[in-house]
Amino acid sequence: MISCDKAAIICNKAQYREATFTEKLKLRFHLFMCKTCSKATKENTQLTTLCQKADLHSLTEQEKLKMKQILDKMN
Amino acid sequence: MAALNYISGNEKKLKVIKSNSITFDNDKKRMPEHQLMPDKWVDLYADYLFNYAIGRISDAEVAKDLVQETFMAGLKSAKNYKGDAAERTWLIAILKRKVIDHYRKTNSKKGKAEVRMNYSSQTDAEGDWLEEQVADPFSSFENSDIENEELGLAIQSCIAKLPKKQALVFTMKTIQGVSTEDICNELDINPSNLWVMIHRARTALMDCLNQNWF
Repeated sequence: MISCDKAAIICNKAQYREATFTEKLKLRFHLFMCKTCSKATKENTQLTTLCQKADLHSLTEQEKLKMKQILDKMN
Repeated sequence: MAALNYISGNEKKLKVIKSNSITFDNDKKRMPEHQLMPDKWVDLYADYLFNYAIGRISDAEVAKDLVQETFMAGLKSAKNYKGDAAERTWLIAILKRKVIDHYRKTNSKKGKAEVRMNYSSQTDAEGDWLEEQVADPFSSFENSDIENEELGLAIQSCIAKLPKKQALVFTMKTIQGVSTEDICNELDINPSNLWVMIHRARTALMDCLNQNWF
């Protein structure tokens, strides 16, 4: 039996498809026993679908750094 | 407002309204006045503005340039800022003008202004049937496109509220899709550290979205 903390970490890994097979098995087993974690997992999965649906874009750190430098020069 | 119904006579009505406006003034005074903090603009609003811009101009390079121009224009006219609107709203208003100006510029160049309208998508269809051109009433993608853009902005403003390191790790992992290994190398952290940060970020994000979105 794994702890809830561990289950949460595995759940997060699973959101990015980085959980191993044994980890997923452990998670399933834990979710079967733990109501709180299965609720949290549901919410976590929901967040993933929301992020995918929103089609988010972002600037990389380098691009932001460049912006800051240009703004600094203006000051 | 309900109190107004109980009072007859114009004089008293006026008084009530007056007192209302006084409390409104008091509210205004109590609220902290908005201030510009240009040093934090890039960290706080760059992604938010970028998402806004990219919803209107699908070219990422152009969108990036417009965000940059927005910050520069904001800095230039910072002394004209009255503090009525929040910083972000003010910047969005500038960006809006920039987007409009961009389209004006591209449209003024001759030839580019030409828009070819081709109503039917199938060119090989026989004949010209009106029925083929009627909008599909069950198509929901126009509405969901708008909703998705608002959702994107909501998520982005929630990310901006996170601690800086968490926000960075989350955007790199979720939006830019950088692999765990690369993030760890770049930020000099170990994987378990990363997953804890991701966990905290996701929990905070879900709380924030529950308040602002659902």
